[in-house]
Amino acid sequence: MHEMGIVLHLAKTLDETAEQERLTRIGKVVLQVGEVSGIMTDLFTDAWEYFKGRHPVLKDSELVLETIPAVTWCDACKREYPTVQYGKECPYCHSGETWLLRGNECIIKEIEAE
Amino acid sequence: MKLITVNASVTASNDRDAEALRQRLRAQGKLLVNVMSSAGSGKTTLLSSIIRDLPDVKIGVMEADIASSVDAERIEALGARAIQVHTSGMCHMDAGMTAAAFDAMQAHDADLYFLENVGNLICPAEYDTGAGLNLMILSVPEGDDKPLKYPLMFQKSDVLAITKTDALPYFTFDLETCIERVKKLNPAIDVYPVSAKTGEGMAALEKRLLNALDQWKNNR
Ligand SMILES: Nc1nc2c(ncn2[C@@H]2O[C@H](COP(=O)(O)OP(=O)(O)OP(=O)(O)O)[C@@H](O)[C@H]2O)c(=O)[nH]1
Ligand SMILES: [Mg+2]
Ligand SMILES: [Zn+2]
Repeated sequence: MHEMGIVLHLAKTLDETAEQERLTRIGKVVLQVGEVSGIMTDLFTDAWEYFKGRHPVLKDSELVLETIPAVTWCDACKREYPTVQYGKECPYCHSGETWLLRGNECIIKEIEAE
Repeated sequence: MKLITVNASVTASNDRDAEALRQRLRAQGKLLVNVMSSAGSGKTTLLSSIIRDLPDVKIGVMEADIASSVDAERIEALGARAIQVHTSGMCHMDAGMTAAAFDAMQAHDADLYFLENVGNLICPAEYDTGAGLNLMILSVPEGDDKPLKYPLMFQKSDVLAITKTDALPYFTFDLETCIERVKKLNPAIDVYPVSAKTGEGMAALEKRLLNALDQWKNNR
């Protein structure tokens, strides 16, 4: 399952950050999730609730998800447009020679910790 | 509590594991090729042809699969060294799993290792496995529009084999258009049209792999 894999990596990355920065407790974890990253936020939060108990530093943490809007680039008319609204076909020139500029990422923006 | 700006990808720890594995492989002069494609594109068949065509190269194959071990058995039947890696439901191989598989494989001493990643055009592209070369396979029946739909994997790959070219007469697959689309996404990628069934084009692809192995060993 896609979400489980990401949660495992997130927990590991945070464990490493905690070790580097000598943190003992992580509170809020702010994640930026692309609109078309394919991450189901409900599943993601559920998986997090399950896994955080296994990591002492993370056990009281709370996940905050922020959405990054997806933007597609049209290579035919060199313009950008919102992906979710128009999909693969450029709304200006109807070309299909388009690709995603952003909206596929999953980034740890910041954490609250001590 | 203090606020700490992290600004790292969720998979940052995987990127570090991948780099560590790559350095280890480089020091040992072993080239690991990460083979990615959708399910049924012909990965196992292509690897079987390569093993048959290159009897003088010591090849090891790691077959990642969600559940079965059919592919590893096919490879072993050819006399090559193979292990099956179960991903326990995971849709991709990550660097940690790859390193564990590689360690399990070390009992067989080989020079060229292939990792047959899970069949899926999305997730495997998002995780660096620690391989020295990413080989993507796209088969003719899948269609020439795949670079438009799944750009990331084409961008992450060093070599693309467009396979099942023996089936070109039966599909509306425009090879030239497809290669153009791929090159637009990734100008540095090397594209090889091949048929694992007839053997057409295989020699050029194999030469590319052998060159990569030589280079890898020379840059130890
Ligand atoms: N015509 C033709 N068929 C091929 C070729 N290569 C593979 N096939 C067929 O494609 C089917 C799938 O091949 P596999 O090698 O099992 O594909 P795979 O990518 O390893 O499949 P998974 O591991 O299940 O994802 C089989 O029926 C093969 O015989 C080819 O070059 N030409
Ligand atoms: Mg296979
Ligand atoms: Zn346009």
